[in-house]
Amino acid sequence: MTRALVRPPRKNPILRTRLPMVPPGSRSRVALGLTAAAALGRFELQVCRDCKTVQYPPREACRVCLSPRLDWRPQDGAGELISETTLRHSNELFYRERLPWRLGLVKLDSGPTLVAHLHADCAPAPARVRVTANIDHAGQAALIALPEKDTPHMADDRQLREMTCDPKFRKILITDAKTALGQAMVEAVVGAGADLVWAGYAEPWKKPPGFERLSAYKQVSLVPLDLTDSRAVKSLAGEIGGRVDILINTADHHRNFGIAAREGVEVARAEMDMNYFGLLRLAQEFAPAMRARGADGQSSAVAWVNLLSIFALSNFPPHGTYSASKAAAMSLAQCLRAELAPAGVRVINVFPGPIEDEWNQSLPPPKIAPARLAADIVAALRGGAEDIFPGDIAQDWLARWRDNPKGLERELAAMPR
Amino acid sequence: MSRRAGYDDVVVTVPVTIPYVRYSIHGAHRFIANGLAELLKRSGLDKSRIDGLCVSSFTLAPDTAVGLTQHLGLTLRWLDHIPMGGACGVVALRRAARAVQSGDATAVACIAGDTNHPDSFRLNLATFSQFARDAVYPYGSGGPNASFAFLTSHYMRHYGATREDFGKLCVAQRANALSFPYALMKKPLALEEYMTARAVADPLHLYDCVMPCAGAEAFLVISRAEAESRGLPYARILSTAERHNAFPDDPVQYRGGWALDRDELYGQAGVEPKDVDVVATYDDYPVICMMQIEDLGFCRKGEAPDFVRRNSFTVDGTFPANTSGGQLSVGQAGAAGGFLGLVEVVRQLTGQPLGGAVADARIGLASGFGMINYDRGLCSGAAILGGQGGPA
Repeated sequence: MTRALVRPPRKNPILRTRLPMVPPGSRSRVALGLTAAAALGRFELQVCRDCKTVQYPPREACRVCLSPRLDWRPQDGAGELISETTLRHSNELFYRERLPWRLGLVKLDSGPTLVAHLHADCAPAPARVRVTANIDHAGQAALIALPEKDTPHMADDRQLREMTCDPKFRKILITDAKTALGQAMVEAVVGAGADLVWAGYAEPWKKPPGFERLSAYKQVSLVPLDLTDSRAVKSLAGEIGGRVDILINTADHHRNFGIAAREGVEVARAEMDMNYFGLLRLAQEFAPAMRARGADGQSSAVAWVNLLSIFALSNFPPHGTYSASKAAAMSLAQCLRAELAPAGVRVINVFPGPIEDEWNQSLPPPKIAPARLAADIVAALRGGAEDIFPGDIAQDWLARWRDNPKGLERELAAMPR
Repeated sequence: MSRRAGYDDVVVTVPVTIPYVRYSIHGAHRFIANGLAELLKRSGLDKSRIDGLCVSSFTLAPDTAVGLTQHLGLTLRWLDHIPMGGACGVVALRRAARAVQSGDATAVACIAGDTNHPDSFRLNLATFSQFARDAVYPYGSGGPNASFAFLTSHYMRHYGATREDFGKLCVAQRANALSFPYALMKKPLALEEYMTARAVADPLHLYDCVMPCAGAEAFLVISRAEAESRGLPYARILSTAERHNAFPDDPVQYRGGWALDRDELYGQAGVEPKDVDVVATYDDYPVICMMQIEDLGFCRKGEAPDFVRRNSFTVDGTFPANTSGGQLSVGQAGAAGGFLGLVEVVRQLTGQPLGGAVADARIGLASGFGMINYDRGLCSGAAILGGQGGPA
């Protein structure tokens, strides 16, 4: 059984720092279907629409009836481990640094045989396992076979931990800890075993209810941070940038209305200054150090989380300029993702539906509670996804958008304002 | 079922091995050119008389066999390029034989060769096939070691094979290699050393794995009349088989295409397994030798471990196999590994072994296996050859 992780000792400065490497990331276009599903936290395989055969590896035509109509469909991953090996040698640097490495050959109940990473708690073959797909350090889907039933410390498995961003024993910056979500986020990562939490706050003269409470946690350290102030961002990065393992950008400037209900660009500019330029400032100052620390010991730099909005996918006209700022941030986050990829640092984009807060007062329920959203973000860090859509509204809009993006645009345009 | 046409008066001759080297600064073209030059020298044929060429190589890119015609100054009317790795020797032989038999070509040079630079093996693995790139190589990047570890582990569990059984095959092949001048591994191997070698991918250890290297193998396919008129010792082609993606629904590979083709293979040759005097099993890992011993009818499925315990595999043994040392002791020069066994069997049947000779070898069997496209080897093939005299 996997033993519980222990808090890593302080880094020994005379030992070499392991450089970031990533596993092989090249895939055929058709195989990116597996990655597209894993990015959403799903394990999907191609299923033939005509003869129902489940296919793997990904392919262009059904291996039985040759139909090209292969649809990506969710799989439960149940199967049998039929053989296994432990690699003591690898041809790639990423794995050479991490040997030994356990691999399994799994026959899924639904048909195909898979090569998968093998969790240490899986019994020797033959054994029942469940396969899931995580985004790996290369940013691609990787299959991992887990024990059929959860084991006490399974998240601490050395190989699984290479495919997750578990907050346990990691050092985490939350850029805006003053909002209800920010406070909930601090408490969620403290609860998840974070080693140290830097809780950012701007405008120190404003003291929202609950904020003082955070300083009672021994792991929490309050740090001044205003993403609209380039010098403040640079200054904090100079202080702590080389130690941040997970950065959670909760800073958000949200006002209502679209174009016609307001005069001038000041409000829209303020939204952009926080939501888009704020992310850019943050990325310029913090991403370089994180890139360098992508494989630095047990608790390396591992994830960057962006609080976006479901409004980023398709403009919500009652909050039209805010939607535009979140769309801009989403685009920039894709750029950041590409730039952090060589270091194996995962960018997780969070697309919540309307949060239960001041600026969504006029929207009807259901709205997502800040504590719920914070819990979903922690779950994303512990899991294998890179895009999450917390809340019923986000899930509903995502389904509509995937089905017919033009349809969602029309539906949002027709909503009462 | 109608019987397939035999190969009548087509023969295989001039078995060539171009000495192997661990690494080379030269391209694959060099080794293939050496193979062709040796074929010409030993056959006495002028280059202009070669009108057919069959090539196998992993490291010719961006060239194919087409580029080689200009590179080597050949004008041909028959050209083939066989990307089947370990099965390429048998497949080259049967295609070339049909070309000569039908008159589409009169002299076909069959050559497999590859170069090896310090990083070539890894680069070849990373892009070996679409399925390997998408669904195997990202997982630990163990290459064929990992794939064969799965097959070996499964085979051991199901059929009771032990590491000592695999070791016996490897040790015997090393003994054979000691007298073969071109073998890269020239130190005697004791079972103790095999057992205590470092682990590579459980249950595989160092001496279960072939060493990538550079080199070439070649043979010539011509009519029997031409071979006789030139005084070239030859082997007759009694029967051949090839099969691709056999048993696709087996969840893990424990048998190869030979199991489908065995009866027809022996039937066409008019011999039985007990008539075979010398065998070359494809041996990139010993587990696949055991599968061939079973699937080619030398014992029943699952009984190879016992067969190994009851027999000896050296040149003078009860079951002389891989008499040059095989890839495990000579080295794996890329696609030449698919020729090595066949070339050695031809040498034994034509009385021109470079190392130890199998006494009175009249019937030989060479088998090929190749291309771990995803989780198993897809290509298999076998050929039964006869010496110049004798039955069948």
